[in-house]
Amino acid sequence: MYISVEKHKDNLLIQFKGELDHHSSEIVRQKIDQQYLDQRIRNIILDLRGLTFMDSSGIGLIMGRYKNCLEKKGKLSIVNDNPQVDKMLKMSGLLKIINVYPTIESAIENI
Amino acid sequence: MEKNYMKLEFLSKSSNESFARVVVAAFASQLDPTLEELSDIKTAVSEAVTNAIIHGYEYGEGIIILEAKIIDDEIEILVEDKGMGIADIEKAMEPFYTSKPNLERSGMGFTVMETFMDSLEVESKKGEGTKVRMRKKFKSLSSKE
Repeated sequence: MYISVEKHKDNLLIQFKGELDHHSSEIVRQKIDQQYLDQRIRNIILDLRGLTFMDSSGIGLIMGRYKNCLEKKGKLSIVNDNPQVDKMLKMSGLLKIINVYPTIESAIENI
Repeated sequence: MEKNYMKLEFLSKSSNESFARVVVAAFASQLDPTLEELSDIKTAVSEAVTNAIIHGYEYGEGIIILEAKIIDDEIEILVEDKGMGIADIEKAMEPFYTSKPNLERSGMGFTVMETFMDSLEVESKKGEGTKVRMRKKFKSLSSKE
């Protein structure tokens, strides 16, 4: 699993590459949370398009980050076009509270 | 009747989660599954193995047994641990229930297995371990004549 973390104004953009499971989610969580401590950052954008696998550990990771965003009065958005990831997101009910966009640009526009 | 069988034992390390699901996917590939079917069984195996590591052995060292059986166009997968067992299976299988809320688990493991596979059976005895048996029929083969 490889992730890149970038800051744009008050947005934290995280791009995933590889497989997101229980094993990799621990490290990913630490990396995201560490950057989110930054006072200027409010919103999180998770770009999941590079994922080749995601199980319910990914859902746990997203739910946790969503809660952190609520506490900071920010917004969490997802960028995705992967059908397997979409199936997991639908199942979890997360799509009722989190918006999914096809591109990073459209996610930023809608924050 | 086509029959095939495999068995694998490995340590309850989280780095083996991807190993386990790739093994089952490789074994199942002889049934010529669709990409979606393959990803469904990989996800279900990943959930079962993760449960064994987190809940069965509570991050301690133990052996996880993975078996897969092919009968015609159906695969049966067994994930077994000799860990602490589940006190209340019914409760454990409720969607979003987690016995470890502090770990940020979604509580969806069994729900995912149930949804992505055709059947799911859980057998557990406190202090002795847990057996998770799942079956899935591959439609890709049955539709091919």
